[in-house]
Amino acid sequence: MSQQNPPFYSDEQTVPETPDPGSAPKSWSRTSMVGRRQPRVDGYELVSGKAVFPSDISLPGMLYGSVLRSPHPNAIVKNLDTRAAEQMPGVRAILTGKNPEANIVWSYPGDVKSMLFESHCRFEGEAIAAVAAENSYQAGDALRAIKVEFEVLPATVDELKALQAGAPRIHDGGNRTKPPESYQRGEVSRGFTQADVILEHTYRTECEIHTPLERHGCVAKWNRDRLTVWQSTQGVYRIQSQVSSILGMPLSKVRIIGQYMGGGFGSKLQADKETIIAALLAKKTGRPVKLFMSREETFIAAGNRPPTNMRLKAGVKKDGTLTALDFTCVATGGAYPAGGTSGVDWQIKDLYQCPNVRTELSDVYTNACPSRPFRAPGHPQGSWALEQMMDALAEEIGMDPVALRLKNIPAVSQARSGNPPYTSTGLRQCLIEGAKSFGWREARRAIASSDKDRNWRKGVGVASGTWVAGAGGPPSTIIVKLFPDGSVNLNMGASDIGTGTRTVMALVVSEELGVRPDLIDIDNADTATTQYATPSGGSKTVPTESPAVRAAAIHVKQQLLAMAAEELKEKAASLTMKGGTILSLNDPSKKIKVTDVAGLKKQGIIVGIGYRNPNPANRATNPFAAQFCEVEVNIKTGEVRILRFLSANDSGRVMSRLTYDSQVIGGITMGIGFAMMEARILDRNQTGKIVSGNWHDYKIPTAMDVPADIVSVPIDLPDNEANTTGAKGLGEPVTIPTAAVIANAIYNATGIRLASTPVSPVMLRRALAAKAKETSQKDELK
Amino acid sequence: MEEDQKENNGQRRKGISRRGFIQLVGAGAIATTLGDVSKSSPVEAAEAAEKGEMVHVSLQVNGRRHRFKVESRWTLLDVLREKLGLTGPKLGCGRGECGACTVLIDGQPRYACLTLALEAEGKAILTVEGLLRDDELGPVQKAFWDNDAMQCGYCTPGQIMAAEGMLRVNPNPSLDEIRKGMSGNLCRCGSYAHIFKAVEQAAKLKQTV
Repeated sequence: MSQQNPPFYSDEQTVPETPDPGSAPKSWSRTSMVGRRQPRVDGYELVSGKAVFPSDISLPGMLYGSVLRSPHPNAIVKNLDTRAAEQMPGVRAILTGKNPEANIVWSYPGDVKSMLFESHCRFEGEAIAAVAAENSYQAGDALRAIKVEFEVLPATVDELKALQAGAPRIHDGGNRTKPPESYQRGEVSRGFTQADVILEHTYRTECEIHTPLERHGCVAKWNRDRLTVWQSTQGVYRIQSQVSSILGMPLSKVRIIGQYMGGGFGSKLQADKETIIAALLAKKTGRPVKLFMSREETFIAAGNRPPTNMRLKAGVKKDGTLTALDFTCVATGGAYPAGGTSGVDWQIKDLYQCPNVRTELSDVYTNACPSRPFRAPGHPQGSWALEQMMDALAEEIGMDPVALRLKNIPAVSQARSGNPPYTSTGLRQCLIEGAKSFGWREARRAIASSDKDRNWRKGVGVASGTWVAGAGGPPSTIIVKLFPDGSVNLNMGASDIGTGTRTVMALVVSEELGVRPDLIDIDNADTATTQYATPSGGSKTVPTESPAVRAAAIHVKQQLLAMAAEELKEKAASLTMKGGTILSLNDPSKKIKVTDVAGLKKQGIIVGIGYRNPNPANRATNPFAAQFCEVEVNIKTGEVRILRFLSANDSGRVMSRLTYDSQVIGGITMGIGFAMMEARILDRNQTGKIVSGNWHDYKIPTAMDVPADIVSVPIDLPDNEANTTGAKGLGEPVTIPTAAVIANAIYNATGIRLASTPVSPVMLRRALAAKAKETSQKDELK
Repeated sequence: MEEDQKENNGQRRKGISRRGFIQLVGAGAIATTLGDVSKSSPVEAAEAAEKGEMVHVSLQVNGRRHRFKVESRWTLLDVLREKLGLTGPKLGCGRGECGACTVLIDGQPRYACLTLALEAEGKAILTVEGLLRDDELGPVQKAFWDNDAMQCGYCTPGQIMAAEGMLRVNPNPSLDEIRKGMSGNLCRCGSYAHIFKAVEQAAKLKQTV
């Protein structure tokens, strides 16, 4: 059998209809491959240790680079003495701002500029100098031998203090990155007069640091005027454009490679100073240079999720109709403009139907590391406020929290101009199906009637969310190659940042061509050999790339069927493919194996090119989610156990079920960290330095901290209006409501509302003690 | 059990250094393996070396013996990666926090980033590459793949070695024991729920092999 038929094709699978060239493909009515529980196509490389990550790259003659950083949050470099360091064993180059080639301006948004090696260090971790040495130990020795004289200036690391009169100025223009940003629809004062219940609360979320397992960095190598960089990145083309513009080189001479990467979560969307420094050190020494941050450096110089201080006032009618939302937020993106408040108010503006909404956002400079986008920037912060408020409103009006949310589901995107309708919205299904699978009503009932004398008290919570992006869109170019033996190569520029991009795209090719997914070889994330792609961020890789992959596979089929049509003397439109055979729908005797198509043999290859079509005009495409959890809280000690979690997601069509579920459990796990343990702590009253700058002092979830019982409930609603695969983004919506769900469950268990993350036993114990005292005082008064 | 505990604690007070103590992976591993490590504490045996002086070290890695010349401060992890070219053991933190560098030393999961190469002299070191038989995956590797117990995959070799080490001493772990055994390995992508399933399946697979 395998002698006659190449073993590359699934015998049972008839491929979808092939549209005429130039016309759009129909949406899949049923799928054989897309949506399957397909183990990752690159899983072998990952579990065998054979996957080569950028930090695994080792080249002949390679040197090791390291960056000297400011130990002070605000200081001026008065003098830099590298003489002793230059004499150290193994040292091959030292680079400072005095080297003409390093005299490079570093730009931030809003035309704020600093230098590659900045003499006024506005945050702890700012780069001052760099070395390259024969090994990493010697590079470290040399760094320690550089003598720096600082003029240490007073620092402001508290964003609220930064706005006070007399606070040290971080930039000449003052401590605001821009005037407060406001948004308004309707009239909140009118809305509040219509409300039966008005509540107002303040909320705070702490600064969260990405800390992907692979540190930030690269290996840089020159060949005369050609630079190759192996970078741990979410987007090779973004890095290529930045490097070429900073170094003044043609794009064709800058090659960025990043097939594998060990996590980014938004912190690896951009070229780092380290990328440029590695390139300069490599140029100076004539040898390849590997430069990865140390773990400690990633805590002070690789971005973070900005801390927020929020106030939300909300009005609701007794029937659950929201009448007004009034929201303000002060946040900081650190010492340079970095989007300290981006996205914070999106949940407030767009998640629920509400005619009167006002938001005001103040982005403040502090002497701290500039932020970077972090998995759904701003959204988990805003959700922490809004979703706890919804829970409180529901209680005030005696309504079930799920019912209150169902009452306020919008039909259009209210925050966008022109109020465009959503191409699809599964928020209602997320809430209904999620509550059903979770056993919401039963759990609420059981808790209400449970024994209140026990120390461990159970509680359940719900929250929902939407993500501002997740539609994807052009540009994307994909190439699919069919070889004469029937095997296939897929060529795409996009990175797989752990989300299963390769697996999803292999399933799409497999769906269209019938080739087994494990036999599709994938080249990706290399600017020299793969096609243009935007970075993998914003939960847009699947909805951006999968329609382009589908188009490329269809382009292959069109050419193959045209060749076969000629050989079979049949119209191409009458041909279909099954199990590696092309057959006529009209005349069963007319058939030919893919491997026997003479045109393909003669040509040696069929190259299919696919592009991403534009999104529909005047429509909004967004993913939605509802999450539920059950906790157990010890009211004597304040300990919290998260017993189980459920996430119902509308992210359009489920493209690959196993990696879909992995993203769901990953988003929840990260949200548990945000809610329960993660906090960048700065010594705010004294030195301004970080005091939680490693994984011992900055806790992220371990195997001990997450429930084994995490259920993924996909609301499998192909969004056929959005794009030709019907997919929307998933990676970010899965972490947006998580922290608020936990807060609401803790409230259900204890009656304590949580103002700030992270919810530590100490904080909870204090609140419980205060509440007990209040209750006993009330009892005494009675 | 209680008696074992007492004996182990006694030995800890006698011999083990703080450094040696931290090298052990996972809280669960500590109770079961403390005694063995302190017995063979390598620090005492090592000769003092001058700064920058190169020393010979002989390591048995994945069944083969290799000789290297390194500075005495070189970690086992750097020797495995930089001298042997292995890509399985990863450098995640270099300070015994994340477990991406986990290898088995004489069968026990250890942080290679906190182990000096000299300390591993004469011991059997197993990396994730050593679980392969030719190109065939070992049972733990297979279970991780089947259950999608990974996302970016960077922590995965370390997770697999921690699971391998745990299953060698406890072939039938409960969920609680799995949690403890895996608690020395961070996964920032948050794949723990799938890792639990993978370890459960690996335990079964190992028994059928």
